[in-house]
Amino acid sequence: MSEVYKVAIIGSGPAGMSAAGHAAKLGLNHVLLEKTDHLSDTIYKYQKGKHVMATPSQLILRSDQEFDAGKREDILKRWNDRTGELGVNVKYNADVKSIKGTGPAIEGSVQKIVSRARDGSSTVTELQRFAPPYALELTSGETILAETVILAIGTQGNPNLMRCPGSDLPHVTYQLDDPYAVLDQHIIVVGTGDAGIENARGLAEDPAQGNVVTVLNRAPKSTNVRESFPTAKEPNALSLVADHEAKKLTIRYETETKAVEPGWITLTTRDGEERIRCDRIIARIGSAPPRGFVEACGIEFSSADRLAFPTLSPVFESTAPGIFVIGALAGYPLIKHCMNQGYDVVEFINGNTSLKPADEPLLEAKFKGLPGRRGVDEWLELLRSNITILNSMSPLQMREFMLDSDARAYKKGEVIFEKNDPGSSLFAIAQGSVKVRIDPKDSSKVVPIGQGLIFGEVGLISGRRRGATVVAAEDAICVEISRNAALKLQSQVPSAKKAIERISTERQLLQMFGSGLAPDDIREVVDSAKIVQVKAGEAIITEGDEGKDIFVIRVGSMIVEKEVGGKPVFLSYLPAGSYVGEMALIDGGQRTATVRAAIKSEVIRVDGEAFDRVLQSKPALLDRARKDMELRRQTNAFIESRKDSFSGVVDLYSEQAKFLVAQGLGEATDVLLIDERLCVGCDNCEKACADSHDGLSRLDREAGKSFAHLHVPTSCRHCEHPHCMADCPPNAIHRGPDGEVFINDTCIGCGNCQRNCPYGVIRMDKVPPKKPSLLSWMFFGNGPGPGEPSYKWSKKNTKYTGDPAIDESLDRKKAIKCDMCAGIDGGPSCVRACPTGAAIRVAPDEFLTVSRLTNEGA
Amino acid sequence: MASIAHGPDQGDQETAATTENSTTTRSPKPPRRGKVRRDRVSTHEGFLTHKNGRWMKISALLAAGLIALYIFVPLPGQHFGSSWLGYTLGTVGALLILWLTMLGMRKRAITPGRWSLKAWTSAHVYLGLTLIVVGTLHSGFNFAWNVHTLAWALMMVVIISGIFGIWVYATLPQALSANRYDEDGAITEKQMIESLRSLDRQIHDAAQPLDPQSAALVEQSLDEDPFAGNFINRITGRYPRCATRHAAGELRKARAYRPRVADDPVDKIDALLTRKEAMLGRMRRHLKLKSWLQAWLYVHVPVTFALIAALSAHIVSVFFYW
Repeated sequence: MSEVYKVAIIGSGPAGMSAAGHAAKLGLNHVLLEKTDHLSDTIYKYQKGKHVMATPSQLILRSDQEFDAGKREDILKRWNDRTGELGVNVKYNADVKSIKGTGPAIEGSVQKIVSRARDGSSTVTELQRFAPPYALELTSGETILAETVILAIGTQGNPNLMRCPGSDLPHVTYQLDDPYAVLDQHIIVVGTGDAGIENARGLAEDPAQGNVVTVLNRAPKSTNVRESFPTAKEPNALSLVADHEAKKLTIRYETETKAVEPGWITLTTRDGEERIRCDRIIARIGSAPPRGFVEACGIEFSSADRLAFPTLSPVFESTAPGIFVIGALAGYPLIKHCMNQGYDVVEFINGNTSLKPADEPLLEAKFKGLPGRRGVDEWLELLRSNITILNSMSPLQMREFMLDSDARAYKKGEVIFEKNDPGSSLFAIAQGSVKVRIDPKDSSKVVPIGQGLIFGEVGLISGRRRGATVVAAEDAICVEISRNAALKLQSQVPSAKKAIERISTERQLLQMFGSGLAPDDIREVVDSAKIVQVKAGEAIITEGDEGKDIFVIRVGSMIVEKEVGGKPVFLSYLPAGSYVGEMALIDGGQRTATVRAAIKSEVIRVDGEAFDRVLQSKPALLDRARKDMELRRQTNAFIESRKDSFSGVVDLYSEQAKFLVAQGLGEATDVLLIDERLCVGCDNCEKACADSHDGLSRLDREAGKSFAHLHVPTSCRHCEHPHCMADCPPNAIHRGPDGEVFINDTCIGCGNCQRNCPYGVIRMDKVPPKKPSLLSWMFFGNGPGPGEPSYKWSKKNTKYTGDPAIDESLDRKKAIKCDMCAGIDGGPSCVRACPTGAAIRVAPDEFLTVSRLTNEGA
Repeated sequence: MASIAHGPDQGDQETAATTENSTTTRSPKPPRRGKVRRDRVSTHEGFLTHKNGRWMKISALLAAGLIALYIFVPLPGQHFGSSWLGYTLGTVGALLILWLTMLGMRKRAITPGRWSLKAWTSAHVYLGLTLIVVGTLHSGFNFAWNVHTLAWALMMVVIISGIFGIWVYATLPQALSANRYDEDGAITEKQMIESLRSLDRQIHDAAQPLDPQSAALVEQSLDEDPFAGNFINRITGRYPRCATRHAAGELRKARAYRPRVADDPVDKIDALLTRKEAMLGRMRRHLKLKSWLQAWLYVHVPVTFALIAALSAHIVSVFFYW
């Protein structure tokens, strides 16, 4: 063993590189280990010429490396140059396989690693931690010794590996650099995500390549590619199917690998096993977050949740002494944060303990408007100790948590939010108390919520509008926790998760069954309630079964079906916040209909017996439940009575409803639907859309699926839990006051939202220049006329200044999507501009009702 | 940045975003907007039945009232136009014509407000039909070869083309939609073109082993632009010179004289050409329906402008020869 480094930094992304730079500057004995042969692989993999943004703009950069918004190439060049200047000791192609302490065993420091198998069982392995110095074993076999380790490996992770016999053979690969370099081979592509499809199509693109390409798909064949290729984008899947039809390559459905041997592969198909030629396997079956590796280093995660991050001290030290975690892996995805942390962590390691984090001014600004002169640390401590769900957070977690949240002071009587406001955030009361108005007409009917408790959790969980108005009962300070921060909180602090779940169950039940109930009345029900995850298409209630439990839909939506004449007939659509299953409870007998999830959902399963006792003791509640039940029974009766005389129409209605659910209506809040019997194809909707939004249309009328005269164009459905919001680095996507999901001006054009949207409704484009007015087009023929200008016109008319900074901003592509014409009086332009009434925007629960039957002529 | 933002709402958003503390995951609570109204509907309702035929009823009442006035109000037999009822009808008619013309503006000016183009179309249709009554009564049934009757005749041409338009709008969308369906679901125009291109590629590949004469035939089909054809072809959906059909026919004819062999490349070509013909047929039906949906406007709109010119001449001359 040669020298022992003071610091070993793993990963040369913004965080690791900045840390290494600062270590070099301070003259610390260090080494920077990079898996690939270049710095900062994540940024390196960005597409050529991509503009990288430097958000948050007010955060001061504290690093020996420079960073400012600019082109990928420029940024990488500056980093490379500076890394050289600083004399950073970089070791390329150094992939760390394991990190182990070489010192004595640390007494009592044992880590339990829980691994879950696919079947749900879990095994616990115990890992004894050893003191530093650490031995870092590389895949090359080399070992590096270091006193401290900075782990800055990001969250990209490693490719999932194949697990069948023979999968360790050298011709089983997990990436493909240049598909055109592979010639005359029998190739099996495993995995039908976008990466796999791209590889397969590249390999088979030119028949001259002579490759025989087979794509293995576990899913069965379907005319709807979204079913047969659930993880791929639709256009990709369609082109793959087209290639298959053109006999360029073969797709094998319902097929998996059984065994691999040199030159051959054995497949399990629906019709039995088959052995075919195979010279190369390309497995693109997703990637696993690097959690396994991190845990094996002795680093504990805050919970078993998939979204959880490692548990860290205020100086980024993990539970393994001497191993520090920074960057995206620590929960900070933005480049600037990462670079600052790189600097800070090296300062800490070098013994500077008084360093204030770079986010101090941001937090100061957050607390500025609050009464009482307190410092940031005092505020954080006050919030942490006063709010129950935050009690077990560390100061570092509190800082990060507050960056994503807001603290506000409310005067007595001030409205915090109103009934029917959209909002997916959670509120917590740090000081004072609030009251919930349960009767919109009578402001004296209120339920108090005291200090330390939370409210607004229904919006957080279901994504639906606020159920009641909340007013400050006295002068109060509340923390508004954004959905992202609340999800992070729940994954970091299991007790917070439990508390939120319990309180939300209780409140949801109270709200649903109305006044007259107190939390004490339903204590038993809440205690027995279970939160159950339901997969799309799975039934929670099956017609004809026995059972008395009641289900409350917490997330997602359900459809109710009934077998009539041997066919399932669609009865109704239940959005989140409704309950089902009361008929069997009240009247006894078997379940009268099947209820299945329209999309992946979550339900609260309430014990029927316990609920029955509540019903018996509260006659008013029983009455209400009976009334609700009566309405449902009428629907059933209506459908059943129509079935004989208009069976065709009922079938059509049923099929149409299923089609709409398959098109994502199950998670939509507002969707554009076109009646093809009325649409004359004038595209005035698209033109109106472009003219109300900077000249870019956010809808594609013709694209999208149709069924029985109903067309769902490519246009935003404003999902309850928008997929696009999931991974937006600058957090530019929000839900607006009218329920619209919109992207604000902080968009950095990364395209994550576009990739995450399963409906393909987000486009990346630059804003065209302003057009001449309508009148000047009508009378003088100026400009391109109504609608989206052609690319040529907008290129020609963009007023370039010659200043690269400004010109670049003119050409910058941003994510563009429907904002439901928020703020425009009259509502969505596409609907207003339809000359024949073919286009409407509706909420699915308004549209999917039996009244459609009447419209269809029954 | 300011140079590329337009629209007042856009400006607001920009200031909101620049003042925003962008490290937070949420924007500051957006100010409650003044009046943003939205008419919510839960089901489709066509322009002909808009609001239970509101404009149909209004127009019918108007027409009935005017006819009653014409019949029951005692007026001079000669020069009806210069009576009070004549002037009233004339003024109403002229204003109506101008207002009906405004639909073209309304359609293109996407201004804020609670207007609905469907309501405008509905009113346009029914009030336009009422114009037959207004205009004809205004004429007092005096027709001759002059500019006055010309204005009336042009008006009738516009209205009749409009009636044709209503018929087209009421019936063809269903056919357009039906033409897009097959057993695999609906396909779009783009997909039709895509599918033709993909068939062309396959035909091109499959035609490589063919002899020069056959290859030339296939080449003709490949060179054919699916959008080619004149107005008559489009509107009738007939393409007598279709190279694909010609090629398919000739190849089949030629094949009949040759010995039958297994794996004949012509077989594959024949199958592909048949598929292309079917797809072309569907595409052409699609184009035909789309043309009909638009063609009537090429009469309706230009004649409207001719009508406004004739109407102006009519009004000026009437005042001239008081």
